[in-house]
Amino acid sequence: MLVRFFLELRAGGVPVTLPEFLVLLAALESKVAWLSAEDFYYLARTCLVKDERHYDRFDRVFAEHFKGAEKLFQAFVATLPAEWLKAMAERILSEEEKQKVQSLGGWEKLLEALRQRLAEQKSRHEGGSKWIGTGGTSPFGAQGYNPEGVRIGQGASRHRRAVKVWDRREFRNLDDSLELGTRNFKMGLRRLRRFAREGAADQLDLDGTISATARNAGWLDLKLVAERRNAVKVLLLVDIGGSMDDHVRICDELFSAAKSEFRHFEHFYFHNFPYESLWKDNRRRHAERLATHQLIRTYGPDYRLIFVGDATMSPYEITMPGGSVEHWNEEAGTVWMQRLTAHFRHAVWLNPEPVQRWDYTLSIGITRELLGGRMFPLTLEGLDRAITELRRRSPATPASAEAAPGDAEAGDLPRGGGPFSPSPSPGAA
Amino acid sequence: MTDSRFAGSDRYIATPELALAVNAAVTLARPLLIKGEPGTGKTQLAEEVAAVLKRPLYEWHIKSTSKAQQGLYEYDAVSRLRDSQLGDARVHDIGNYIVRGKLWEAFESQAQPVLLIDEIDKADIEFPNDLLRELDRMEFYVYETRELVKARHRPIILITSNNEKELPDAFLRRCFFHYIRFPDEETMRRIVDVHFPGLKRELLAEALASFFRLREVPGLKKKPSTSELLDWIKLLVAEDIPPEALRADESKKSLPPLYGALLKNEQDMHLVEQLVFLSRRAR
Repeated sequence: MLVRFFLELRAGGVPVTLPEFLVLLAALESKVAWLSAEDFYYLARTCLVKDERHYDRFDRVFAEHFKGAEKLFQAFVATLPAEWLKAMAERILSEEEKQKVQSLGGWEKLLEALRQRLAEQKSRHEGGSKWIGTGGTSPFGAQGYNPEGVRIGQGASRHRRAVKVWDRREFRNLDDSLELGTRNFKMGLRRLRRFAREGAADQLDLDGTISATARNAGWLDLKLVAERRNAVKVLLLVDIGGSMDDHVRICDELFSAAKSEFRHFEHFYFHNFPYESLWKDNRRRHAERLATHQLIRTYGPDYRLIFVGDATMSPYEITMPGGSVEHWNEEAGTVWMQRLTAHFRHAVWLNPEPVQRWDYTLSIGITRELLGGRMFPLTLEGLDRAITELRRRSPATPASAEAAPGDAEAGDLPRGGGPFSPSPSPGAA
Repeated sequence: MTDSRFAGSDRYIATPELALAVNAAVTLARPLLIKGEPGTGKTQLAEEVAAVLKRPLYEWHIKSTSKAQQGLYEYDAVSRLRDSQLGDARVHDIGNYIVRGKLWEAFESQAQPVLLIDEIDKADIEFPNDLLRELDRMEFYVYETRELVKARHRPIILITSNNEKELPDAFLRRCFFHYIRFPDEETMRRIVDVHFPGLKRELLAEALASFFRLREVPGLKKKPSTSELLDWIKLLVAEDIPPEALRADESKKSLPPLYGALLKNEQDMHLVEQLVFLSRRAR
């Protein structure tokens, strides 16, 4: 019977493995949980589920599989002597609660009724799936004592409602709909790390020193190396204003996560679609602009380019010269996008709009095509896929075959090449 | 030994499901991985388990620079190098330069110990993978001295995580897992009772109501948790704040007193202040 449960769990999307299942059996054998459906539920969950996101799936399979199985426990309990039941209840209940019981007609009456009800239900609900009195229609229930429910033989648990623990599905919210926050984004972005040694050699290289010393016939020969630093470079272009107002918060979080995660990080804003110029400070967007040509010249192709925008606009804004809603653009957005993606071969577009809506918006389709399909939803899962895309050694666009190993990329950008290029400050460490 | 069961203590309230998870881990001698919101007593659990079961406690706090090897042992090559240059006789025995880690110490313990591996998610992503064999077989090999270190008693290992990194499946398979849910009002009452036995009933009721209302505020970056509530109550008691000051209808119009103990960042404070301002105006 448990084997079927195991298989059902796997079918239900809970990643359980055989060793874990065997551990559960071992735990049952050593009587960690005994004679209580609830304990068994907790034990099984502890053994088989290793991520709170899967708790809900587990609950669903558990409820489905053990529907009716509680009757076994119930049948066992029904044969218990009244004294035992009473003693049990005495131990569980507080003074206050006992008084409530009195008001219901006293213990004897209550137990009498309980017995009767148990018997009735056994005959009436042969295939039934409910504990007696679930939902508060009778004064009896198996989950917790409260004024409407007496708890039967289940230890001193504190759950006070007569609903089965697994039927409550309290972990529903944790199931994969993880709230996106700065931390989560950071964790996602962290996968983009590429370590390389750069800067002044100021750390003792122990292994190097030892082997150099050995070669030096035992006389100390100190070797120093530079600190390992995250050498990945990120350029973030964010759509701002207009339809993006709905997504301000999520963009905010992505932005603050990216800013603290990368040492080589630059960001610029655009409105709806990138054209010939971008800006850095949204309040002075008309005064201080950077020509997109200059952006392409300044930042090397080793920068990972991330667009963030909903790409929701009139298609003319992308495809036609002069299509921009804000100004007259000499060249169409498509031209600029092609220039950007030709230069930055590692580029993705993150879209905060739900994926279901993508097919209904023409401009999203066009943008996606321009990026060679590298558009991902701005969710944790989408970010994950985007990062995987950015990490690829040979990018999707057929550019020059630069198969440089990741760690060597620190040297790709000519130092001091542009006004914004990070200076390799030797004394900064 | 096996009949000793953990069920919380007079300082620590464990829900039955948590107690069951701990007992399962103890009985089957498997590591127990504990997750949950910050401030729900994950780290404290190990101390309490050790105290209740009367076992020695070894704590290994993980940092972002921690390596799995450090928990086993470290070879102090630099001292040995220095000693060799000075002609110290100790240099001939490499064992003199092996520094024991927490895991080794726990393995050597005379009685079955409790080992806490705190905040395992802080370490590098490969960290848990490097401990697979050690946690599984409870033994490891010291290459420098060619010695196999075996645990005298399989330690009770409690591992906490704040979910900053996904842990590898192979590692998870070897652990029991429990997610500490945020306590409901009833459990919270018991927790506060344990910490402040003489607290006035109505103050506690008002404080809890006010606390849970604050947790309900949508959009908070960091919801206040149990440890913050306890700090706050400590302050309320120290300042002798009357329960009336916390009344529901009042606190809609003003911030709860000493709310700095509950809200830990500027944006959250600002958000709550704004909400209070709005509801005051709407009156």
